[in-house]
Amino acid sequence: MRRLWRWLIPLAALPVLALLAYGFRVDPRDIPSPLVGRAAPGFALATFEGAPLTLETHRGKVVVLNFWASWCYPACYEEAPVLERNWRAYRDRGVVVLGVDIQDRREAGEKFVRDFGLTFPIAQDLSGTVSVNYGVYGVPETFFLDRQGRIRVKHKSAVTDDVFRTTVDRLLAEPGSP
Amino acid sequence: MSRLGPRLLESLFLLGAAASLATAQPATPVSQDAVHEVAAQLRCVVCQNLSVADSPSEMASQMRAIIRERLTAGERPAEVRQYFVDRYGEWILLSPPRRGFNLLVWFFPLAAVVVGLATVTLLVRRWTHRRDVRPPPVDVDPAMSERIRRELESGS
Repeated sequence: MRRLWRWLIPLAALPVLALLAYGFRVDPRDIPSPLVGRAAPGFALATFEGAPLTLETHRGKVVVLNFWASWCYPACYEEAPVLERNWRAYRDRGVVVLGVDIQDRREAGEKFVRDFGLTFPIAQDLSGTVSVNYGVYGVPETFFLDRQGRIRVKHKSAVTDDVFRTTVDRLLAEPGSP
Repeated sequence: MSRLGPRLLESLFLLGAAASLATAQPATPVSQDAVHEVAAQLRCVVCQNLSVADSPSEMASQMRAIIRERLTAGERPAEVRQYFVDRYGEWILLSPPRRGFNLLVWFFPLAAVVVGLATVTLLVRRWTHRRDVRPPPVDVDPAMSERIRRELESGS
């Protein structure tokens, strides 16, 4: 009995240590999105030029929906050229890149667009409703939507050429009838 | 019947008008407390350990506006909370629901306190028990004992 008590404290510490080990191995910012696999929420915004920007008009295409902000440095600055480059490369293959500028000043957002020469449609989410509907908790975040309009991938850091091409090529290879 | 008919129609019209007025009324006004109650249960997604109610960030402000909008539209607080959970997962809740793996969060501290108290009690009892163990009485020569007693009494 006495021997059992002697081992009790170290044994009781084992689950705590296991929990700590698990906690240290998990990235606290890597929160799985419950939206992956579900239909992407629709939205209706206006671009900086005042044109309507809705998800509905891009149904049937692979959509790359990128949430960004001009104050998001360096990640948004790193991925802006990547998005523009790949938008130009894939736009004729049934792919559309849409940008949503969040928690930003209009002038700063417009300057960002000018500085990087971004030509894909970009709108500001002034009320934050679109961000919350997509469960956005930081920038940049990018959602890859398949041609059926479902969210297939949520990417939570700067998009690289490799991430863009691998994901979009995979979605393009899938049967496309909505 | 001919007199009752128009009156009945009139009454029905008035009832209908009252009902349509009731439905056409603007949405229920929502108090600051009602918004705060829901916001206090939600994590500010861009902050460290702050609720949506407590955070001064723009994102939290937008989330409070959404809470107010949904409550005003007639949603119950639980439905508004669920709206956020559906989009962010249970991570958005500052107090995780008491089920499944989450039970560990609720009951582990209690279990740790119980185990801690049991351990401390055990150790204290063991230490006090050791102090209680007195050395066996030494055989003292009665003559020597008598001499000590006398010297103590005489104070020398």
